[in-house]
Amino acid sequence: MKIAVCAKQIPDPATPYSLDPETHFVVRPNDQVLDDTDRYGVEMALQLAEANDAEVVLVSMGPAGNLQGVRQALAMGADKAIVVDDEGLRGSGALVTAKVLAAAIQQEGGVDLVITGTESTDGYTGVVPQQIAALLGLPALSFARKVELDGTTLKVERISATGYDDVECPLPAVVAVTSGAVEPRYPTFKGIMAAKSKPVEQPTAADLGIAADAIGEAGSGQEITSVEDAPSRTAGTKIVDEGEAFQAIVELLEKAKVI
Amino acid sequence: MSTHAVRPGLVHPRDFLETDRLLDDQERLLRDTVRRFVDDKVLPNVAEWFEAGTYPREMAAEMGALGLFGMHLDGYGCAGTSNLEYGLACMELEAGDSGTRSFVSVQGSLVMFPIWAFGSEEQKQEWLPRMAAGEVIGCFGLTEADAGSDPGSMRTTARRDGDDWVLNGSKMWITNGNLADVAVVWAKAEEGIRGFVVPTDTPGFEAVEIHQKLSLRASVTSELVLNDVRLPAGAVLPGVVGLKGPLSCLNEARFGILFGAVGAGRACFEAALDYAGERVMFGKPIASFQLIQRQLAEMAATVNQGTLVSYQIGRMKDAGDIDPAHISMGKFANVRGALEVARTARSVLGANGITLEYPVIRHMNNLESVYTYEGTHEIHTLIIGQALTGIGAFE
Ligand SMILES: Cc1cc2nc3c(=O)[nH]c(=O)nc-3n(C[C@H](O)[C@H](O)[C@H](O)COP(=O)(O)OP(=O)(O)OC[C@H]3O[C@@H](n4cnc5c(N)ncnc54)[C@H](O)[C@@H]3O)c2cc1C
Ligand SMILES: Cc1cc2nc3c(=O)[nH]c(=O)nc-3n(C[C@H](O)[C@H](O)[C@H](O)COP(=O)(O)OP(=O)(O)OC[C@H]3O[C@@H](n4cnc5c(N)ncnc54)[C@H](O)[C@@H]3O)c2cc1C
Repeated sequence: MKIAVCAKQIPDPATPYSLDPETHFVVRPNDQVLDDTDRYGVEMALQLAEANDAEVVLVSMGPAGNLQGVRQALAMGADKAIVVDDEGLRGSGALVTAKVLAAAIQQEGGVDLVITGTESTDGYTGVVPQQIAALLGLPALSFARKVELDGTTLKVERISATGYDDVECPLPAVVAVTSGAVEPRYPTFKGIMAAKSKPVEQPTAADLGIAADAIGEAGSGQEITSVEDAPSRTAGTKIVDEGEAFQAIVELLEKAKVI
Repeated sequence: MSTHAVRPGLVHPRDFLETDRLLDDQERLLRDTVRRFVDDKVLPNVAEWFEAGTYPREMAAEMGALGLFGMHLDGYGCAGTSNLEYGLACMELEAGDSGTRSFVSVQGSLVMFPIWAFGSEEQKQEWLPRMAAGEVIGCFGLTEADAGSDPGSMRTTARRDGDDWVLNGSKMWITNGNLADVAVVWAKAEEGIRGFVVPTDTPGFEAVEIHQKLSLRASVTSELVLNDVRLPAGAVLPGVVGLKGPLSCLNEARFGILFGAVGAGRACFEAALDYAGERVMFGKPIASFQLIQRQLAEMAATVNQGTLVSYQIGRMKDAGDIDPAHISMGKFANVRGALEVARTARSVLGANGITLEYPVIRHMNNLESVYTYEGTHEIHTLIIGQALTGIGAFE
């Protein structure tokens, strides 16, 4: 059995981001970290792999840098990584990202289960998993807070607005796990040392059979025309309690869909 | 608002001299892993442990799973990292608390190391894998109430009785004494000082916890009483006779401490830097006052110096070309520096600086122990003095 985990390397969220003033793209430092939300996907894959004797392959798109983020996932226990890094990919949107990831998964071959996060920390469109599923013609099980594998049936607790739904489908499939679904392990020191010698393939888009005009800003059919600072926060609403404040609070909470 | 004249991206307040550049990818990944572990498992709880004067035994299994115990030793379930990586782990652990770092130093450097270096194959097989996993906890008994800086004056004895050994005496200030399943005890035999591997359930062995400490409170410290403790012949460490046995262990542990102290200092500096930026007095953040800026500059310089000293000593140890005097200089300079940083940070935090809400006074008090144990500051001064002049001034 083979499990592919989509894992994104992002600039460390603890350090301030900067945008290239000309291209408006995020400046990607050489040092990137594994997106925190993908630690859950990696952990989920490792747990399923341990229970089902599977191989775990990481699939990532974006500037490889020194591969620190990918090594982090390899150190947790993944077996190998495919990192698609190509100058032409700069400025790719979510759909192009999904096409590249799907092509890498297809080229790897024999993948029974694709695991992703629900929404990345830096891009957070939250659409890549479903796009990958559509491109591969597989069912997409999203917002999974619990994932079980029963033979070749995937069983998922899918978070809904009011609770969760039990959803199942046959393999192969794509599942997007939520943050907190599992407790990601720390890479062990032995794992960290072993990560150095695990294979990392670095194909270009062309190696995956994707045409140069189908990727990047042009291929995404999008252009960043200008960038402005986010508006500064405005003062919040003050509720003065004259005995009825609870009602206003309940309404606000309902509006925010937290109750 | 504050007028940080920091050019964005060029100066990193938390790593001013970009010492990270001196580490390779693997070293940083390991360091970051320990940092995350400390953020998740130590920092949220340590103030409570400190106030209650306890250290939770359950932490041992988690630290063992990570690979922290005996991490720079080879085989027997140990991770086999470099010395520098061991140092980096100590730096992060002690940025959490000196008590957590002490736990790891004692287990790895003071108990596993002598078994690994001087033990028989049976002793290694019996103890090391379980200690690496954190299933078995160890302690190290060298100091006595009347034998501190001069361990050669110890009174604990080991007497041969047929094939057996019989130990009598007591040990004082023993970290993990009441948590330990096994103790490495140093005692005077006819031929000189010998090390013994003593299961703590051996009849005649007793650990008595020391209370009323105001330093290293999130760490257990005990007195060990040895009353006709009878051990089989296989309990003695066969590989070493004399003081160089325990001293080589201390050398290993001091190496970790010279990194650890920098971690404690860094945590204090960062707390002060954050606080100074937020605390408003006389209508401005206190970071805008020159006297506070001077304190921040002093702290930043000391932390960066300490980091550089430790990386250099780490590389020397990995190259296999290092003298104990080098390690003494690291402990001497870095612990003193960390203590100065802690006291300065304590002042920057004003009244908040004396509470456990902030890490500063906890580190400050802990560092008083670190200043004394593993060779007092004065003893390291004398070791450096002897190395500089060729003249010993110990007696
Ligand atoms: C201003 C701006 C600049 C950008 N610049 C660049 C750039 O220079 N280079 C570049 O490559 N991209 C760039 N992107 C693209 C962007 O960062 C995302 O990679 C892409 O749009 C995917 O969308 P998302 O992150 O919102 O994914 P989401 O749908 O929110 O992610 C869900 C899950 O999909 C998986 N996933 C998503 N993206 C990847 C990935 N790249 N690799 C592996 N798994 C993934 C992860 O498991 C993730 O948890 C830019 C986007 C913007 C808005
Ligand atoms: C929290 C804590 C945990 C500890 N854990 C352990 C442990 O696990 N195992 C263990 O064996 N020990 C442990 N110790 C003991 C520690 O190693 C000793 O306290 C240390 O060696 C100093 O000994 P002492 O306290 O007897 O001080 P003393 O040796 O009595 O020293 C008192 C003062 O005299 C100075 N002095 C002594 N000799 C000289 C000299 N020749 N010239 C100049 N000045 C001198 C010292 O520097 C010091 O300032 C621990 C101590 C503490 C505080």
